[in-house]
Amino acid sequence: MLQLPCPYCGPRDELEFSCGGEAHISRPLAHNKISDADFGEYLFLRDNPKGVFLERWRHASGCRRWFNVVRDTVSHDILEVYAMGRKPRSSAGKNAYNNSWRRTSAAEAAAVNK
Amino acid sequence: MVASEIDRGLGGLKDKKKRYSAFALARNAASYHQNWQRAWRNASPKASYDAVIIGGGGHGLATAYYLASVHGVTNIAVIEKGWIGGGNTGRNTTIIRSNYLWDESASIYEHALKLWEGLAQDLNFNIMFSQRGVLTIAHSEHELKEMSRRVHAIRLNGIDSDVMNPAEIKKFVPCINIDQSIRYPVMGGFVQQRGGTARHDAVAWGYARAADDMGVDIIQNCEVTGLRRKGRKIIGIDTNMGFIKTKKVGCVVAGHSSVMAEMAGIHLPLASRPLQALVSEPIKPILDTVIMSNAVHMYISQSDKGEMVLGAGVDKYNSYAQRGSFPVPEHMIAAAVELFPFMSRLRMLRHWGGIVDTCPDASPILSKTDIDGLYFNCGWGTGGFKATPGSGHVFADLIANDRPNNIAAPYALSRFETGFLIDEHGAAGVAH
Repeated sequence: MLQLPCPYCGPRDELEFSCGGEAHISRPLAHNKISDADFGEYLFLRDNPKGVFLERWRHASGCRRWFNVVRDTVSHDILEVYAMGRKPRSSAGKNAYNNSWRRTSAAEAAAVNK
Repeated sequence: MVASEIDRGLGGLKDKKKRYSAFALARNAASYHQNWQRAWRNASPKASYDAVIIGGGGHGLATAYYLASVHGVTNIAVIEKGWIGGGNTGRNTTIIRSNYLWDESASIYEHALKLWEGLAQDLNFNIMFSQRGVLTIAHSEHELKEMSRRVHAIRLNGIDSDVMNPAEIKKFVPCINIDQSIRYPVMGGFVQQRGGTARHDAVAWGYARAADDMGVDIIQNCEVTGLRRKGRKIIGIDTNMGFIKTKKVGCVVAGHSSVMAEMAGIHLPLASRPLQALVSEPIKPILDTVIMSNAVHMYISQSDKGEMVLGAGVDKYNSYAQRGSFPVPEHMIAAAVELFPFMSRLRMLRHWGGIVDTCPDASPILSKTDIDGLYFNCGWGTGGFKATPGSGHVFADLIANDRPNNIAAPYALSRFETGFLIDEHGAAGVAH
């Protein structure tokens, strides 16, 4: 069983949390400027790495707050925990963030309604 | 909707001397069973193939078998990182059924079930297919109504399905607790009598042996390290045993599908999650059917060895570790004990996890990709075993003809662009 360090409540058992999947996916607000394929990418395509993964968790049975976790999907090591709206600061987290295909996707570029 | 005529391929083994039969048994008894031939050759890779199947699980081996036996494409190889059937094929709870709600699902799962019926003869291998029935239980008034709707839809697709009341369930499964005072009482259920189980290892071995007989190279301990392409065309694969030239690559690698896709620069809508299962110590025969419950979330059957085989849903986070978290088995055991009180006195014998590739609509992907010659068969999530023959049959057709047939067409990757999802979350029940 995982023990997750909630940044607000401290370490708790996995049972208290719900997992929200891949972190840092922005809704393309300028949705009429992108193709159906690009919107489908935002809706359905997910990073699913064997190794370092950036994901969102929610302390559902505790403070009910969301936060981000850098976790290794092979060793289950939790490498970093950081607040929503922030970017990872550990080197593993930074690499995973910068190297994700999503950073250069059209859906991500349309995240802000310009 | 379901094709009545299925091309089952050549059937049996070409090499008559290798066929398993009562005569073969008697002949080999004379030499104290010391001279049985190998079930399949230990092949090493050739420089090039007409097609390469990555993944030597049930689906991959079935694909290779049907490519050879139905489509006559015999210059092919199955590449397996570990040993054949050592992944999810050998880790699942072996349940087979085709009682799905949507037409697209009914079509592919019934296609598979028709192939299961007679597969042992096709492969000349006893896969221990047992149509012992699959009973899905309802625990609330609402679930019962939803179930009736599903039963009618399933029957309209020509698939057997019957509603049962608690008294009928008790008669069918004497060891079940139908006391209405428990937290999730048995309110009714529906059964598919043609559903059941098969020996999972035997399915892999049977397909491997029959494919090998047709000249398919089965290459174990061979890990794919890269997919090589020229422009938008596949030209071969890099492995730890060197480069293999081929124009067609079929990826059937379940939990590692995303990893394989990234090698080709493709992103899939998959999440790889641990799916756990466990068996109890073996006991005398007590359960001669398969019981599934979506509300309390557990499925159970008894193996021929006597072990109670239990499974439930996936863990809640992505993982490639082939192990899961404790709360999942704890939950499935709690559900089992409530429905079958005698189980509280059983000891657990083994417990394991496998990595399944879950799809957003709980339906598989059988698809061409943007890259010519690269095909994916993945996303079966928690319910792939039951589809093994159908999946292989349809995927072989897709690879051989480079276009999906009627069964495969709805399962293309393009559904995540068009929105024509095949949402089986509610229809299949959470448990597969």
